Amino acid sequence: MLPSFAGHGCRANHAFGPTSAPQRGTLSVYARTLLAAAAGRRLVSFDMYRYDVIDRALVNERVAQFRDQTQRFLAGELSDDEFKHLRLRNGLYIQRHAPMLRVAIPYGLLSSSQLRALGSIARRYDRGYGHFTTRQNIQFNWPKLEQVPDILAELAAVDMHAIQTSGNCIRNTTSDHLAGVTPDELEDPRPWCEIIRQWSTFHPEFAFLPRKFKIAVTGAAQDRAASLVHDVGVHIVRGPGGELGFEILAGGGLGRAPMIGQVVRDFLPREHLLSYLEAVLRVYNLEGRRDNLTKARIKILVKSLGVEEFRRRVEAEWEALRDAGLRVGDAEVARMRAFFEPPAYRDLDDVDPAAGKAAAFRAWYRYNTVRHKVPGYRAVYISLKKPGVPPGDASDMQMELVADLADRYAFGEVRVTHTQNLLLADVEQEKLHELWNALEGAGLATPNIGTLTDMICCPGLDFCSLANAGSIDVARLINERFDDYDYLYDLGEIDVKMSGCMNACGHHHVGNIGILGVDKGGEEWYQITIGGAAGADASLGSVIGPSVAKAGVADTIARLLDVYVEHRSPEERFLDTVRRIGLKPFKERAYAAPAAA
Amino acid sequence: MPRQLLRDGRVVADDWSYLDDGAGPAASAAGGVILSLARWVAERSAWLEAPGRLGVVLSGAHKVEQLAPDLSRFDLIVAEFPGPSDGRGYTQGRLLRERYRYAGELRAAGYVRRDQIFFLARCGFNSFELPESELAAATGAFHTFSAAYQPANDAGLPLPLQFRR
Repeated sequence: MLPSFAGHGCRANHAFGPTSAPQRGTLSVYARTLLAAAAGRRLVSFDMYRYDVIDRALVNERVAQFRDQTQRFLAGELSDDEFKHLRLRNGLYIQRHAPMLRVAIPYGLLSSSQLRALGSIARRYDRGYGHFTTRQNIQFNWPKLEQVPDILAELAAVDMHAIQTSGNCIRNTTSDHLAGVTPDELEDPRPWCEIIRQWSTFHPEFAFLPRKFKIAVTGAAQDRAASLVHDVGVHIVRGPGGELGFEILAGGGLGRAPMIGQVVRDFLPREHLLSYLEAVLRVYNLEGRRDNLTKARIKILVKSLGVEEFRRRVEAEWEALRDAGLRVGDAEVARMRAFFEPPAYRDLDDVDPAAGKAAAFRAWYRYNTVRHKVPGYRAVYISLKKPGVPPGDASDMQMELVADLADRYAFGEVRVTHTQNLLLADVEQEKLHELWNALEGAGLATPNIGTLTDMICCPGLDFCSLANAGSIDVARLINERFDDYDYLYDLGEIDVKMSGCMNACGHHHVGNIGILGVDKGGEEWYQITIGGAAGADASLGSVIGPSVAKAGVADTIARLLDVYVEHRSPEERFLDTVRRIGLKPFKERAYAAPAAA
Repeated sequence: MPRQLLRDGRVVADDWSYLDDGAGPAASAAGGVILSLARWVAERSAWLEAPGRLGVVLSGAHKVEQLAPDLSRFDLIVAEFPGPSDGRGYTQGRLLRERYRYAGELRAAGYVRRDQIFFLARCGFNSFELPESELAAATGAFHTFSAAYQPANDAGLPLPLQFRR
């Protein structure tokens, strides 16, 4: 049984009340101690960007603008097509059953109050759940069009919005969900994400690009943000003199013509980040193809020009505008960094939380928690991949529970991962068992992070009007087929990614096993690829052969896994075995049995 | 009655006329004539000499650089927006204003509605050919947002936030 955490006390101490006027710089340790004491056992979040009066005014003005646009549409003053271009800039799609509203979660970071608000919206405007996406956002599948302005107003009240979550503009900037807590990090990327978020929000020049534009920023050795398959990837790196700056990649992307991003600049001094991005966007806005939607992403421009010529054009543009007022000065960097100061960690030693505990907890501890840079803490994945539940979905009550648990165990902060799970970044090791108990009771402790059933999956034919085939159903069949945890753990790290169509929202191209739904004469069939990867060693998967019927997908995967188990060296991951032995043994076996008819 | 447009925040009568590519150069309107870029390129030297105010139309595919040497000859540049999704004109506007220091009238034509005005103005546009039904509402659109997160062509508009805080 969980203790109750009524929201009032929390809100008073949280950053969202009207009394929490914007402050320059960090709060002193003394002020934090006072606030933490006032909050009693509850810890208070400081390590996220806090809106000031100007940020708040802008989101409210957006709500007013969108309310007006919706009213004009409902009154017949705007045509379907005209309204489409406006609503898409606000994350609103017209889907198979109802509109779908995508809400921005900047670089996946949420306060407990914000998550609670999302849960409340799910309950009152939707059917009691939301879907977390690979770009760290959340989608609601059943809002009513006329209520969307009200939803946006409720979001604005907790400093959230749906600005630029769809449409041909700069989308939500995504990042490493372990930012700030992972030991393999050069620098916390989140201050830079927020700098990019602000620069890209309502950018007047880039509101009508040839196609959507996605930026990911990482600062760690491991790439947990799939930055190589983004339109622009920004990597924090060290320069020749040891100073921190950026490596800039462009031209990655999935969809119909998947490509890995290429290095445009290997070292950019940090003060030039925005001017360089502006140069990339400007070249793209003028030169990107507008005659064919499927060839309009920047990856096609980079490919057709060649990266050298693309680089030459960007650099020439950058030379002309680099001093035009976009320099990110030290004061601005310091201001942003202050928002992402580490929370008030206790002085603890590492312990072994699994010692003497039951096997179920030990499995969860091993798979669903990861190392933290501060002794005595772990980062905890909350799996949204429970068998029988569409991957990435969370109910209103689950969201509210996670918000409460975040207040109790994780400084009031929750993160959304690129792999469609949630994460509590800062949990004391001594509290893990307690936390596990609470999660277990709510179906949020499935110990499968990084395993075969921790699938990335788009909403598919069940919801999406673009899809050719169902995704959720296939995820269910795979979960039913692979329900033996000993086997899953023996297989080790395998990521399976599933998209219901060529648009590749489920990132199937970069799944170790990728599944793509195709329409064959009105029937749902599935093309399977292997050998894809989304990390720092990103690669695109190869098709193993003809597509298979829905009923044959799980069996085909089982045969691929048999080949892996037979050929693997000790400790070798599925991906590495595929890379070492090549496709042939897999192709030969995949269609061996009659199930693939 | 001449068409009305929005210029410098006010609804005014358009004193310019578009000159068809086939039409003779004579009888220029009191305000001035607007040429296609093709015509300008073909008859450049004649128009450089000719009296009267001159405007030119740029489409999205045209390069602003092409006009750069002769910008002082133009009192009006029209950027043509073919539909609600083509945003090349926004970059053209900024380049004309910020890189080439064009100071004349910069007009958005084609698909232009109140919802674009705020961004267009920030990219340097100061006149707008709108459907008649949009004219009144569009005058309020300059104040859609009270601040901006990034510098652009913002004479008289709020500074980017990072320089104000």
